[in-house]
Amino acid sequence: MITRRRLLGTVGAGVALTASGQKFARAAGVGLTPGVPEGVGTVATMEALSGKKPLIKLSYRPPNYESPLEYFRTPITPNDQFFVRYHLVDIPQVDPKTYTIKVGGDGANTPLELTFDDLKGMPAFEVVAVNQCSGNRRGLSNPHVVGVEWGYGAMGCARWKGARLKDVLEKAGLKKEAIEIAFDGADGPVVDKTPDFIKSIPTWKAVEESTLIAYEMNGQPLPHWNGFPARIVVPGWTGTYWMKHVIAVNALTKPQGGFWMNPAYRIPVGKFPLRDRFISQENAASTPITEMVVNSLITSHRDGAKVSAGKTTVSGMAWDGGYGISSVQVSADGGKTWAAATLGEDLGRFAFRPWSFNLSARKGKNTVMVNATNKLGQSQTSELIFNPAGYHNNVMQSITLNA
Amino acid sequence: MRIFTLAAITALIALPAAADEKPVQLKKAPGLDKVEANCQACHSLDYIPMNSPFPNAALWDAEITKMIKAYGAPIDDADAKAIAEYLKKNYGS
Repeated sequence: MITRRRLLGTVGAGVALTASGQKFARAAGVGLTPGVPEGVGTVATMEALSGKKPLIKLSYRPPNYESPLEYFRTPITPNDQFFVRYHLVDIPQVDPKTYTIKVGGDGANTPLELTFDDLKGMPAFEVVAVNQCSGNRRGLSNPHVVGVEWGYGAMGCARWKGARLKDVLEKAGLKKEAIEIAFDGADGPVVDKTPDFIKSIPTWKAVEESTLIAYEMNGQPLPHWNGFPARIVVPGWTGTYWMKHVIAVNALTKPQGGFWMNPAYRIPVGKFPLRDRFISQENAASTPITEMVVNSLITSHRDGAKVSAGKTTVSGMAWDGGYGISSVQVSADGGKTWAAATLGEDLGRFAFRPWSFNLSARKGKNTVMVNATNKLGQSQTSELIFNPAGYHNNVMQSITLNA
Repeated sequence: MRIFTLAAITALIALPAAADEKPVQLKKAPGLDKVEANCQACHSLDYIPMNSPFPNAALWDAEITKMIKAYGAPIDDADAKAIAEYLKKNYGS
């Protein structure tokens, strides 16, 4: 059954499809990541959502658009170049004048409702942090797994400004029995049996000083497609918890039991070198995805790029789950020898860390690889750690430069 | 709240969410009508080629089951069967 409200919400601004449709727009001019399923090339197009520069459209509805490699050449990703990811298709334009966030739950003594002005009137904090979809690079899984077949671009790094979630929870009289904080956004499903997108994080993560309800992104209001008027920011953790258009924050004394916490967004227990655990949601086989694994990307060149023989500067970004990048190693000979790249501006432990490396390109093929290490001593993997949802792909990137 | 059946809103739902949504034309083959009638109520059809051609028959069956059981897609058994056949033949491995 489909509700009228959802239906209207979905089709409100629509235009009619042509009866016969069009031929496939082949991925001409779309810089896809090498290794994604063949079919991606038949549907991916460069398209601009309202307020956005062209992004790689993987799906229209829900809108899933990734940033091309070239948008990652600065440690801050501009708002109009930032990727877009939704699960559900009813995405309302939220009016900030009537917008409120209901804060409550059985783990709160004094439930309250915050207006947009209330939120902005609270002490404000800023953090530069990477927002990366859990499934970024899913398209590179071998074997392939079903889902949005992201290449490298379901991520971005921005300066987020907002109120501390901790301060909001304190206003609501957070009880010590509260084990999880759950979020709901204004977006919803078109079929009433589709589970609403609700996510929770452990209370200890919610009350960290960098966890925000953000209403600014790079000094501007959040773009509609990135969660206007306000979204949750959980630095270090994957994007699934960064609830967009947040309308409810609930302190819970029991684990949130919805579809999007289990079975969705799970990783096998013990397979990844992670520190943060989400114990209240863990079972013998699986656990919620938590912090990002250490990773890096060459953004100066695409695979197969032509360069002149001799000195070439290769550069890119490195990031992790919030411990900070300690070094980036680059190999210009397919992994036989490695040397340290120069690290660029440090915008904080949750941010993209730029790096650059001068190599001497030999005539012919040069296989360039990159491997980042974080301050816990964790490095990237050389072999994929396969998991059914295609999460946490931090296989060292390897590209060919032709001189 | 008025509730519409899927059949009643299928024609309406052929209106995309965003003004810039362009039609996604899938391979013309038996069963395409059932795919168009059922799948695009909840998502644009680009999801199908995007997830191809790697799924084997079992994986496509599992996807259809997921859409019905986990996401509550109101697809009847006959249509589900036709959709499965279509996906396996045209977008499977």
